[in-house]
Amino acid sequence: MMNAPIPQTAISARGVDLTFETADGPVHALKGVDLDIAKGEFVSFIGPSGCGKTTFLRVVAALEQPTAGEVSVNGMSPDEARRARAYGYVFQAAGLYPWRTIGGNIALPLEIMGFPKAERTRRVREVLELVELGGFEKKYPWQLSGGMQQRASIARALAFDADILLMDEPFGALDEIVRDRLNEELLRLWAATGKTTLFVTHSIPEAVYLSTKIVVMSPRPGRISDVIDSPLPRERPLDIRDGPEFIEIAHRVREGLRAGHEEV
Amino acid sequence: MSRAGPVVILVAALFALWYAAAVPMNIREALTAAEREGVAVQPVTALERRDANALGLVLANPGQIPDAWAQDRPRLPAPHQVAGELWLSVVMEEVEGRRGLLRSGSLSNRGLLLHAWITLSATALGFVIGAVAGIALAIGIVHSKTMEKSVMPWAIVSQTVPIVALAPMIVVVLYSVGLQGLLPKAIISAYLSFFPVVVGMVKGLRAPDAMQTDLMRTWDASGWQVLTRLRLPASMPYLFASMKIAVAAALVGAIVGELPVQGGGLGARMLAGSYYGQTAQIWAALLLAAALAAVLVAMIGGAQRLALRRMGGAA
Repeated sequence: MMNAPIPQTAISARGVDLTFETADGPVHALKGVDLDIAKGEFVSFIGPSGCGKTTFLRVVAALEQPTAGEVSVNGMSPDEARRARAYGYVFQAAGLYPWRTIGGNIALPLEIMGFPKAERTRRVREVLELVELGGFEKKYPWQLSGGMQQRASIARALAFDADILLMDEPFGALDEIVRDRLNEELLRLWAATGKTTLFVTHSIPEAVYLSTKIVVMSPRPGRISDVIDSPLPRERPLDIRDGPEFIEIAHRVREGLRAGHEEV
Repeated sequence: MSRAGPVVILVAALFALWYAAAVPMNIREALTAAEREGVAVQPVTALERRDANALGLVLANPGQIPDAWAQDRPRLPAPHQVAGELWLSVVMEEVEGRRGLLRSGSLSNRGLLLHAWITLSATALGFVIGAVAGIALAIGIVHSKTMEKSVMPWAIVSQTVPIVALAPMIVVVLYSVGLQGLLPKAIISAYLSFFPVVVGMVKGLRAPDAMQTDLMRTWDASGWQVLTRLRLPASMPYLFASMKIAVAAALVGAIVGELPVQGGGLGARMLAGSYYGQTAQIWAALLLAAALAAVLVAMIGGAQRLALRRMGGAA
């Protein structure tokens, strides 16, 4: 017997403003952002440069302080959540340390968090299998392709088993073919781990293919112009992207982006 | 090696230049000596020769050119004279000298090896003090704005004071608090060598980009963890580059420190050579100091290769 799952809120934002003071005057990176993200969702943030999608992710990660509004992460303030190691963060660049092996890089957050050695070894092996890099533990980053490096950096973010995954254009620097494969893998990974995932991207197909919820943002000031709950099933083969539903959602995202652009 | 040929040609050209320069430098003394032995020289009187151009004297007396390379106290000794002095003071003194290694069991104070050893020990101690102080200061500067504002300007000012002026004062001050011997020289040496390490390490410790430090922040890493796991490893290439400069500066510091101390060493040897007009002795000590510096820099280079290979070998 299974009870109907009660949707729990992983992340909620209420009226979040963030203004950067620069030499050329204030820049409104975020303006009145309201958003709720349930546990286990895959949420993409899409929009042109300067729309605040990365900034929002950084606010959730407590790497930026909002000037106004409330953000809660797992019921805590972002900074408490950071201290509780509630999330793993994947940047656009893999950012692996060249002086550490792949295994050593993935063990780094575990070392910092004080996991015992045996546990580190076990977890490193486990996440490497998860991202299909089994056997690459002893290799150095420069011996791996860009796509493999980015997979290793995802493994690093997964290693300490935080239940939120924040990804800031993780595949932005990769070519289309590698990107498609990693998108498929990421979906599989998400299905296997059930982690709440926030994913920043420039690519409409990527956002539609991956997400249960798509947040369309527009710039100056950075704000949410549309939130689309995807009707696509959780099981998504790559060719789902040729189906009518997919094309319809992609169309709506494009409309949202255009609307946001014309208001300016 | 395909580059051996050009290298040999270049070195040969340098020696040729040295020999050529030694001729006009020493021609007057060579002519005076020749005149005493009854050889006819042009112009005939010493007074006329004094006012004459050195190159003109060479052209007027081509027969005396070999003499210019064989003077007892040349202004510029020829390479073979310096090599001869090196042979005598490095090898023969220890083998045949009364106070040499073979007869007395310890290095002769008339030989260069003892003096090179004295200089090397002050250099090594000074370099270690300087490098450790440099790394410590750099860590402080990177972690504290106050340190950066208060220490960095003084570190820069310290290097604008001529070390020859400062060295005697350091020696005097340290002597008055009971410190003498190796340590004052090492401190002068450290004074010169800490600076490149500070500058290099500040740059190196700041080498990790914002993304790397953000990543550390997402893991809630402590300042100590960021230092040991990110900043220090990232600074290694900078550390070794700055240590190469520092070790050469440490050697200069030790030699300068030996001038007022007079407790032996290559610096004392150079000073003695200049007192007694022993140019070959000065040049021999100079060359040995240069060779020592080359060996020290090469050793740092070796340590660098070893360290970087252990750190993944891509750098």
